[in-house]
Amino acid sequence: MSNWEILWDERAQFWSGFLSTLEIFGLSIVGAFVIGCGLLYLLEESRKRLTIPLRIFIDAMRMLPFLILAYLLYYGLPSVGIRLDAWWSGVGALAVYHGAYFAEIFRGNRLTFPPGQIEAAKAHGFTKGKMFFRLLLPQIIMQTRQLLGNQLIYALKDTAFLVIITVSELTAAANSLSSTYFIPTEAFIVVIGFYWAISVTMEIIIKQCGRFSAKRGFDNV
Amino acid sequence: MSEANTSEMAAVSIRHLSKSFDDVEVLRDVELEVKTGEVVTIIGSSGSGKSTLLRCINWLEKPDRGSIHIAGQRIGVHEDGRPMPVRELAKVRAKTGMVFQGFNLWPHLNVLHNVTEAPIHVQGASKREAEERAMALLEKVGMVDKRDSYPNTLSGGQKQRVAIARALAMQPEVMLFDEPTSALDPELVGEVLAVIKDLSAEGYTMVMVTHEMAFARAVSDQVVFLEKGLIIERADPETFFTTPKTDRVRKFLENHDTPSPA
Repeated sequence: MSNWEILWDERAQFWSGFLSTLEIFGLSIVGAFVIGCGLLYLLEESRKRLTIPLRIFIDAMRMLPFLILAYLLYYGLPSVGIRLDAWWSGVGALAVYHGAYFAEIFRGNRLTFPPGQIEAAKAHGFTKGKMFFRLLLPQIIMQTRQLLGNQLIYALKDTAFLVIITVSELTAAANSLSSTYFIPTEAFIVVIGFYWAISVTMEIIIKQCGRFSAKRGFDNV
Repeated sequence: MSEANTSEMAAVSIRHLSKSFDDVEVLRDVELEVKTGEVVTIIGSSGSGKSTLLRCINWLEKPDRGSIHIAGQRIGVHEDGRPMPVRELAKVRAKTGMVFQGFNLWPHLNVLHNVTEAPIHVQGASKREAEERAMALLEKVGMVDKRDSYPNTLSGGQKQRVAIARALAMQPEVMLFDEPTSALDPELVGEVLAVIKDLSAEGYTMVMVTHEMAFARAVSDQVVFLEKGLIIERADPETFFTTPKTDRVRKFLENHDTPSPA
């Protein structure tokens, strides 16, 4: 039996790892996106009492290796009485970590937002919340599309770290097969294929979204 | 008539308005009354404070002293001096419509949605009602056939006409125009002025900062000349353009191709 045939027979393990990775990735990027938008909204507040700690939080996250954050949530939180299982620790760590990155991407774009549009919104009676959700956020998202796409790929790759805190995802499946049958090369080539497939699909979707923003002059696709 | 009464009747009533940026006084004790249906043009050289005056009317600039009433309602602060909460300020602001030099359309929305955005999401109009209103206004400014286009595909003149429709859609008590044609190619100025002229004929109340002297003369009921934050001359357009009282205005008009009588 060739090594590839062994892996084919064990395809169920890859498949469940793949589904688990997809699930973790999907949940955590939705969480990260919401966190990023929320941080941006809070940063709109001009009060320094709020913006300074937020900026410190965002920078602290960005300067932290992801694995350390995953360790902290999984091994560290129980010592303060919060116990999350490996799966939720992983999802939580990814969401918070990449949420900070999303916030930073949004914030950078917000700095270049034309003030005239804000004035027009105020002149038309908009208050902060509606202005943010109706006018600011949609444009900022359209304008940062490519950076967000890039960040999503980082987030996908970071899911592989979760094998270290015992989450059984795609990399964990490859790990276990490679050590059971001593066929690391083939097992890891298979997971590379899976990660590439997700990334390529994501790239295509992000690119398609570009047509939407190109029509509005935000982009040239 | 008492002073309180005239304020109630006026579309805009500005009293003792002063404003400084750092230690530069931009507006000094400005008094201005705009009656309903009246067109008032504010003229002056750059740095005279005319845009600041206009922007104080809807509180985009916060004056240091004085009061502004829009259709009898005080904007920015309550009569007893308490600052107005944001929501309340937004409501009074919505009584004014503003057209900017740089158009400031919202680029992610098409023409129709630029015009319906504030009526639906600020005033709470139904989608159908807002769209009907928007279509009538786009018709008025000659932009109906562009209703599905996005701002990035429009010329400056077209953008400004959409911006005018957008401001009108709020059914404001007064329209504020801040140099509406200054950012336009000379050949596009005419189409925007034509729209504004139509509005004045329809009886809209308007306050306008402009450098278009011939236009100011043709549409205004009252011309105000601002110099270093002071109103140094105010008159009907005929008097203002033919027999200015001050040397300063005479000199200004000489440098600005004084329009021949209409």
